Amino acid sequence: MPRIDRIAEPWGTRTPYGPGETWPTRVDSYLADGLTEDDVDRWVQSATILHSNGDGLDIAVKDDRIVGVRGRAVDRVNHGRLGPKDLFGWQANNSPDRLTRPLIRRDGALVECDWDTAMDAVAGRARELLDEQGPSSIAFYTTGQLFLEEYYTLGLIAHGGIGTNHVDGNTRLCTATAAAALKETFASDGQPGSYTDLDSADVICLYGHNMAETQTVLWTRVLDRLAGPNPPTIVCVDPRETPVARAATVHLAPRPGTNVMLMNALLHEIVANDWVDSGYVEAHAVGFEELAKRVADYPPEVAAEVCDVPVEQIREAARLIGTAERLVSTVLQGFYQSHQATAAAVQVNNVHVLRGMLGRPGCGLLQMNGQPTAQNTREAGADGDLPAFRNWSNDQHIQDLARVWNVDPLDIPHYSPPTHIMQQLRYIEEGSIRFFYVTATNPAVSLPELRRVRELLSKEGLFLVVQDIFLSETAQLADVVLPAATWGEKTGTFTNVDRTVHLSEKAVDPPGEARPDLDILIDFAHRLGLEDKDGAPLVKWSDPEGAFEGWKECSRGRPCDYTGLSYDKLRGGSGIQWPVNDEHPDGTERIYVDGQFWAAPDYCESYGRDLVTGAPLDETEYRALNPTGKAVLKAAEYLPPHELPSEQFPFQLITGRTLYHFHTRTKTGRAPQLQAAAPEVWVEMSASDAGDRGWAEGDLLEVATPRGRVSGRLRISGIRPGVVFLPFHYGYWDEPGGHEPAGDRGRAANELTLTDWDACSKQPIFKTAAAAVTRLAEATGPAPAPTTTGSRPVVSAGIPETRGGAAAEALEQPAPGGAR
Amino acid sequence: MKLHLAIEELHRSENHLARALLAASDRHKADHEVFYVARDIAGWSQRHVTELARIGADYGLDLHPEPEGESGVLEKVQQATSDLLGRRPEPGLLLLADLRHIHREAAGVSLDWELLAQAAQGARKRELLELAQRCHPDTLRQMRWANAKLKESATQALVS
Repeated sequence: MPRIDRIAEPWGTRTPYGPGETWPTRVDSYLADGLTEDDVDRWVQSATILHSNGDGLDIAVKDDRIVGVRGRAVDRVNHGRLGPKDLFGWQANNSPDRLTRPLIRRDGALVECDWDTAMDAVAGRARELLDEQGPSSIAFYTTGQLFLEEYYTLGLIAHGGIGTNHVDGNTRLCTATAAAALKETFASDGQPGSYTDLDSADVICLYGHNMAETQTVLWTRVLDRLAGPNPPTIVCVDPRETPVARAATVHLAPRPGTNVMLMNALLHEIVANDWVDSGYVEAHAVGFEELAKRVADYPPEVAAEVCDVPVEQIREAARLIGTAERLVSTVLQGFYQSHQATAAAVQVNNVHVLRGMLGRPGCGLLQMNGQPTAQNTREAGADGDLPAFRNWSNDQHIQDLARVWNVDPLDIPHYSPPTHIMQQLRYIEEGSIRFFYVTATNPAVSLPELRRVRELLSKEGLFLVVQDIFLSETAQLADVVLPAATWGEKTGTFTNVDRTVHLSEKAVDPPGEARPDLDILIDFAHRLGLEDKDGAPLVKWSDPEGAFEGWKECSRGRPCDYTGLSYDKLRGGSGIQWPVNDEHPDGTERIYVDGQFWAAPDYCESYGRDLVTGAPLDETEYRALNPTGKAVLKAAEYLPPHELPSEQFPFQLITGRTLYHFHTRTKTGRAPQLQAAAPEVWVEMSASDAGDRGWAEGDLLEVATPRGRVSGRLRISGIRPGVVFLPFHYGYWDEPGGHEPAGDRGRAANELTLTDWDACSKQPIFKTAAAAVTRLAEATGPAPAPTTTGSRPVVSAGIPETRGGAAAEALEQPAPGGAR
Repeated sequence: MKLHLAIEELHRSENHLARALLAASDRHKADHEVFYVARDIAGWSQRHVTELARIGADYGLDLHPEPEGESGVLEKVQQATSDLLGRRPEPGLLLLADLRHIHREAAGVSLDWELLAQAAQGARKRELLELAQRCHPDTLRQMRWANAKLKESATQALVS
């Protein structure tokens, strides 16, 4: 079987295919310690968790330890393939520094204790505050990495039991804008597209989406199309020269913060050249006149000036999009974490509505997620929304949810939108939130303006509970730390970007006394004595399958209908796309077929918001706008970014990820092959900016904003001039400071970012801070940045290629008969 | 014809609304969404002021096209102070008061636009009518924002 260095070759070997054909199978696997498949005791079914793609895999177990992984050939998502993070990231499970006992703060230090002591402290403090101040004192901040069952239970405890409105997930940082944009256009969350749309698309547009690094297996699918007959044309919008940009026919690299301007110009061309499917728009959309009027003010010449992109490129991109026969668009953080996030993402939806490119093979719209289970955070209500896409401003929906939960409707807080994380921080600052329960996320590195975040999390009078698998930067600040089980050590389901639900089974026991998150949450509910309106326990299940059955009932008749699924049905084969119900027992590949939406006023999840002010529309306004539940074409005006470069801070700072790491490296930093591929923070700058200053590859630079300072080695990359890039993965858990910088300068990109968010989606803006850059010292060697990715150097001489060597060799088994 | 009176009054009230929004923004620097959104939508009123001054010339008015109250040194000091003070308890109630004030101001401006639109229609002044139709929706959005933000902020400020 062929072996291949998957650090050096992140996307593996090509298996080309043509439009309309089935993507060939290629089974990727990696086993540690020179083991072979013959050595494996058992294979346990699961899916990938270090990104949002949802690739089916089996976990290899030997002597009750995880020893490797293998892609599932039968899975519709990956056809056997795995990415580098999946092949190597599981090793973190076996890391010796896993949390194995609860910790409690005594005399200022965290010390080990037993579960009763820890849980009594947690539930005891919550009870005290509930009695003293009420639910407004309690907040929950969760993740995009737990399982559906855990989110649903958390939402029930917080909304139905405690009655607090302060519930959010770190999905706020990654997919809040995806959800918000879908709610604006289609009045409900739910991905219109399917990954199989890539198999037949003739034009693929990636808006601020470096798919090659964020969803490596999906990009492999694109690469295989590009290598086959009649390949699709790629359009890329990104200020960096990413692998996607290199594969693109047209690469637009706009100034950060000008996405709405660019999108309006593209829409201008589509309308002006009459590339609009008028029949579709007339039958299935409202708002065309207002949109046409708005984009009339945005000719390409104006956008070319504001975005600093050649006008011919804008015209060419618009022509490709406007004349595509099967158009796929994907959107990610380049839009979601930038200025006017929702407004920009909505304009991509508008392209698809105008062109009638929805609900047909090859016509997919994917407002992407970043995390493996982010979709579940959203649908189960752990991001603050109500479960199963119920509408918090529709009283009928609240009553229906109260029926499912057997609680009084008044007990479910629905007087205003859920309190998003940035507002929660504000309430912590003001002192009204005094109990903050964080599950499986690391805000002390991932939120903007870290000095402020650290100050707030350490605030006197705040009781901080952190439930995690390692002593993260955030956990180090906690009053109580609860050791959790992770993927492979517990059972549950999760759903990827294209609505594919996977079952992930327990393969091995968690280390020490660590417990599944679900068990901990249920324990918390019982200790608090949470009850339904008849005095029975509020949480009526004690295991994952029970929670799943509870969730199924909650989802009945809603867009994300799971009633036709069961654990048994998910075992053995491929993941299945929701909705799955009596009507669609085998799942639903495409929603919004024939222009049928979930947007009817009585049914929809959201009445929408003002794209500039974020003010929610009320029911009356929505009924007047969209009485019969069509798609809504929403226009947006361009507004300049809130922090513009100045003489003192002449650069625009953007942050982002690299292929080899996930989030704050809690897992990938503990996988040797991944850590070696991208061991340390770096700073990217264009050749012209570096040349003007006489700086060279590897020089030690300081990047400063009014909020902090970070130092890192210079990589001269294909980024647009005037912009600097920092990867956001690097915090302090493996540094002397522990949870904060040890000296004057840190290495976490979020020391520098500003506290500002999109008023509509409440997603923080990580991509438009004004920054100053100075040189601290000359190079002693090249920057520690990968050469295989968006950080590829423009001049490669003297810079060693990123290689994993023998330790990173994985197996690749093409389909019987080999590639086509 | 007293159309000039309506234009002059709107020019005054839009200027006032812009100043109220900017002042609220300055006072709530630590409430970041209020700080930024209030500035963004103050820009709408400032644009209206300029447009009103321009059309006012056709009705014999000499109105200042530059909106009043751009951020000066005093406002910067206020921002810095509110940033510091804002991190102490109880700014929530001050925010509610400011939002209530903005809502009332915007409601006044909205009525002024209605008056102007009615008059322009009666007098068959097409350009003036178009101006009202273009600007009035912005005012309604400013009102809705103040209302929504008030609703969103009230519970925590009042029950905690």
